[in-house]
Amino acid sequence: MKIREKTSSEVAFNRDYGKTVGEITSLKPRIECRNVNVYYGEKLAIQNVSLDVGCNEVIALIGPSGCGKSTFIRCLNRMNDTIIGCRVTGDIIMDGKNIYDNGVDVVPLRAQVGMVFQKPNPFPKSIFENVAYGPRIHGLVASKAELEEVVETSLRRAGLWDEVKDYLHQPGTSLSGGQQQRLCIARTIAVNPEVILMDEPCSALDPIATAKIEQLIDELRVHYTIAIVTHSMQQAARVSQRTAYFHLGRLIEVGETAQIFTNPRHQLTEDYITGRFG
Amino acid sequence: MEKSTFVFLVLLLTSAAFYWGRKRAFAIAGGSIRKLHSLPSYYGYYAALWCGVPTLLLLFLWLCFENSIITHLVISGLPNELSSESPERLNLLINDIRNVAHNSAAGDVDPAIRKAADQYLWLEQISNLLLTGFGICIALAGATFAHHRITREHRARNQVEKAVTIFLIGCATLAIFTTIGIVLSVLFESIRFFQKVPVTEFLFGLHWSPQMAIRPDQVGSSGAFGTVPLITGTLLISAVAMVVAVPIGLLSAIYLSEYADTRFRSVAKPLLEILAGIPTVVYGFFAALIVAPFVRDLGSSLGLEVSSESALAAGLVMGIMIIPFVSSLSDDFINAVPQSLRDGAYALGATQSETIRQVIIPAALPGIVGGILLAVSRAIGETMIVVMAAGLSANLTANPLQAVTTVTTQIVTLLVGDQEFDSPKTLAAFALGLVLFSMTLALNIIALHIVRKYREQYE
Amino acid sequence: MNSLDSALSPPRTVDAVLASLPKRRRAEQRFRAYGLTSIVLGLCFLAILFGSIITKGYPAFRYTTIGLDINFDPQIVDPEGTRNPSIMAAADYDALLKASLSALFPDVKERTQKRALYGLLSSSASDTLRSVVLNKPDIIGKTERIWLPADDAIDMLAKGQFDSSTVESEGRLKSQLTWIEKLEADGRIKKAFNSTFFTKGDSREPESAGIWGAVVGSSFTLLVTLVLSLPIGIAAAIYLEEFAPQNRWTDFIEVNINNLAAVPSIVFGLLGLAIFINFFNLPRSSPLVGGLVLALMTLPVIIIAGRSALKSVPPSVREAALGVGASSMQTVFHHVLPLATPGMLTGAIIGMARALGESAPLLMIGMVAFIVDVPTSINQPATVLPVQIFLWADSPERAFVERTSAAILVLMAFLILMNGTAVYLRRRYERRW
Repeated sequence: MKIREKTSSEVAFNRDYGKTVGEITSLKPRIECRNVNVYYGEKLAIQNVSLDVGCNEVIALIGPSGCGKSTFIRCLNRMNDTIIGCRVTGDIIMDGKNIYDNGVDVVPLRAQVGMVFQKPNPFPKSIFENVAYGPRIHGLVASKAELEEVVETSLRRAGLWDEVKDYLHQPGTSLSGGQQQRLCIARTIAVNPEVILMDEPCSALDPIATAKIEQLIDELRVHYTIAIVTHSMQQAARVSQRTAYFHLGRLIEVGETAQIFTNPRHQLTEDYITGRFG
Repeated sequence: MEKSTFVFLVLLLTSAAFYWGRKRAFAIAGGSIRKLHSLPSYYGYYAALWCGVPTLLLLFLWLCFENSIITHLVISGLPNELSSESPERLNLLINDIRNVAHNSAAGDVDPAIRKAADQYLWLEQISNLLLTGFGICIALAGATFAHHRITREHRARNQVEKAVTIFLIGCATLAIFTTIGIVLSVLFESIRFFQKVPVTEFLFGLHWSPQMAIRPDQVGSSGAFGTVPLITGTLLISAVAMVVAVPIGLLSAIYLSEYADTRFRSVAKPLLEILAGIPTVVYGFFAALIVAPFVRDLGSSLGLEVSSESALAAGLVMGIMIIPFVSSLSDDFINAVPQSLRDGAYALGATQSETIRQVIIPAALPGIVGGILLAVSRAIGETMIVVMAAGLSANLTANPLQAVTTVTTQIVTLLVGDQEFDSPKTLAAFALGLVLFSMTLALNIIALHIVRKYREQYE
Repeated sequence: MNSLDSALSPPRTVDAVLASLPKRRRAEQRFRAYGLTSIVLGLCFLAILFGSIITKGYPAFRYTTIGLDINFDPQIVDPEGTRNPSIMAAADYDALLKASLSALFPDVKERTQKRALYGLLSSSASDTLRSVVLNKPDIIGKTERIWLPADDAIDMLAKGQFDSSTVESEGRLKSQLTWIEKLEADGRIKKAFNSTFFTKGDSREPESAGIWGAVVGSSFTLLVTLVLSLPIGIAAAIYLEEFAPQNRWTDFIEVNINNLAAVPSIVFGLLGLAIFINFFNLPRSSPLVGGLVLALMTLPVIIIAGRSALKSVPPSVREAALGVGASSMQTVFHHVLPLATPGMLTGAIIGMARALGESAPLLMIGMVAFIVDVPTSINQPATVLPVQIFLWADSPERAFVERTSAAILVLMAFLILMNGTAVYLRRRYERRW
């Protein structure tokens, strides 16, 4: 057997940060992750993360750049499948089934677990077509009237309807950055998913647009479970009920948002939220 | 002295000037080259430029005018009854004289021509001697001038670099001159053609039979120069080619860039690209020898009347040729679609084919359309396949099973073989060239514009 | 709000998705299959093309020779015994061949039959005898078995290219077939390496036609193309990429270059005919003019490849050189250009390979003439390989079909060699910055 030199990242992992501090489980779990490892080729990007995402809660994932929070969130609807050389081990259980089991179809999974990305990415189609795309491919609507209703509802929920109702046939790319991001949210909720993953949804937006999206997240919590990756601790504090702190691919601490920000239990968490690094 | 010897001599003088200039620089530096403005070799280059460039310019001018001056002198030296011939005859005569002069053809040659040939040779020798004399003088003068200019403060590097920049600019503008050359060469002859055949007949005439009678009293002496059947023929064959190339090229690009694993891709992609490297004459041979008989036999077994030079066969092979062109362009454009759009579609739960058909292809569409237009331009201008596999008879038909002819085929048939340069037949080829150039130019410019806009969109 | 909720909430999305899933998966499979089919189709075309040309072309590399016992009769070859080469060269070698054949088949008496008998041999057979005698004058007076090239029709027959039904219909071939069988039984038929094909110029007779003239013509033409287009192309690329200001003028140059890259090649031929031949009076059919035309055609390819090679050199290299006080010209020529050289050479080789395969513009400038002699300079009339292929493809003789295919194989070998070199260069020197 060939003995491989340990890579620097593995050496870093082996430094003992201890077990995750705080309560990883949730009372009403929607997705349960246990001992999740993610490899990019040989490189270990996430090590041994266990975390529940509860129903109708907003959970914020925070941590310095490159800590694996985006990688983790992309595991939850198997978006990592599109990255060549990416491998996931461990269990991610949804509705009693491991979503990484052989034979699990990603299409219904992703219809259940939608995702909003860092950079707004509307399709080069009209605003209407952008929102109508999901319901159409999944066959969620039977008639044109129904489709129009779904589009309107989704745009209303995304808080965009009043701004775009007269321009539904303009290209989606003609909107401003904040509007584009809300369009992407509308596009996601048009499929009526159960969970929405948001990967730094405001990082490309100005403060006013950010405020709108944050308000929107708060409203969406009524219907959906939301996991949001964010760089901004203020944002995490504003929108989430629970917060998870990631560091170098490990989950360091999880807890009620208020507790994490006022009374962190782990030294690394405290260092991060007090701004020693990040 | 031959021109090549002259060029060699100039090169020799130039390198001598380089050493002379550099030596001078060392001399004035007095042992410490830091006192000089530029490195010593720049002074050498400076001297070499002053020596070589004017001499080569002289050579160029000489080459441009030598021939016409000698020809003029020889003609004026001809006996009257010869020099008063019509310009066409005179042209032939000069050709004869040149042949006699250079090949020293034995046998019975008209003494007048023999004499003219001797004079021609003599003039050529004089001209070469003069060129050598002038050339050496200019080279020496240039080198001496540069030698005198060399001082410690002389900014040799800047001047050498300026000369190099001018050379670089010259090379870059050659593309413009080529375009101008193309336009002028087809335009002039076309104008001469349109003086003999009206433009309207050329553009809208429905009959093409460029066979002009040699004697005026011959039956059916007037040729017909209507290009409509040629253009429809060209478009018919191009359309067949596109029907083959676009789906196959596009679908294989999609498969290669979205579905295939790296190993399959690394084998299949270069293999497909071999198709692009095969010379068109090979495709022509393949079309004429294998595909055309196959199509004909297949047609007759289905009870169809298929010409042995059918547009279908030529178009099919042309399509095969264009497959890699379409596929590699589409591949580029598909890869240029940002990953974020794919992610967006996948995150909604779209399957791979839905993502490709409904998101990636629409996003890449402008680029793909541009690529297809470039492919059409290629099909229209393709020559060898149609020369070898398409017919010569100008049929006005939209039936791909019949034989049609194309613009390029006609250009080749009109210009290959012996012809007089002024006959409408030859000039017609240039007019066809103008048509071809305009069509492809329009397509290229539109296509390149679309492609450029598309690339900017995702940069 | 409530009515909106009812529109979205029940039924659960998953159920609807799962219901539509089998249909969508089938569509997915179909789409994948279309893609794979297209690639397989493309590869099939490639295989058919190569397969048919190789099977048609490889027999041409061997040629049928007939072994005849030739009596080098001094009375015919050198009646006065002077051993003077000019006398020996002018001798009637056909008589020797006829005598030998008649001795082999004494019962052939009738005139047309005799002509058919002599027709077994190529008309170049007497040249073979002549060179044998000139190389080895002692052979005069002796009888020796000499292997002589067969006629092209006989060669085809020996290679089994004529099926027997057509043979039956043609009386001449029928009797020739019986003679061939007898010769074969005597061990007088042998297939030898067809060196003529590689060493001779064009000919009207398939058996003495070769590609050497075209290969030399192609080399001269490519040489002219390379000498002109490589320096000019690289210079233009350097200017446009490194020095040109961003303005309408350089935009215009760029549009021109991109357009020229897509102008049909035949238009370049018209340019060559009108400008180089009719205006500058350069020699028609010569590699010089051919090379000029191809150089203009290749330039855009070299410029575009050169620019992308220069573009791939990172700006940090330029900044480093400028930082130590090099002039921008020195920066480019000392640092950027050497790093971009492999990329530029790759582009140049690919451009040259395209020029080597090009024929349409050369038809325009008269390189399509029938030229027997192998050219010795760039001013002499010549033809090039692809045009030679075109000419042979037009010839009616069956034997030219295999020669055309064989010439294509030679051309393809050159092209594969060139493109292979380009790929090798790219792999060997490719740098990722």
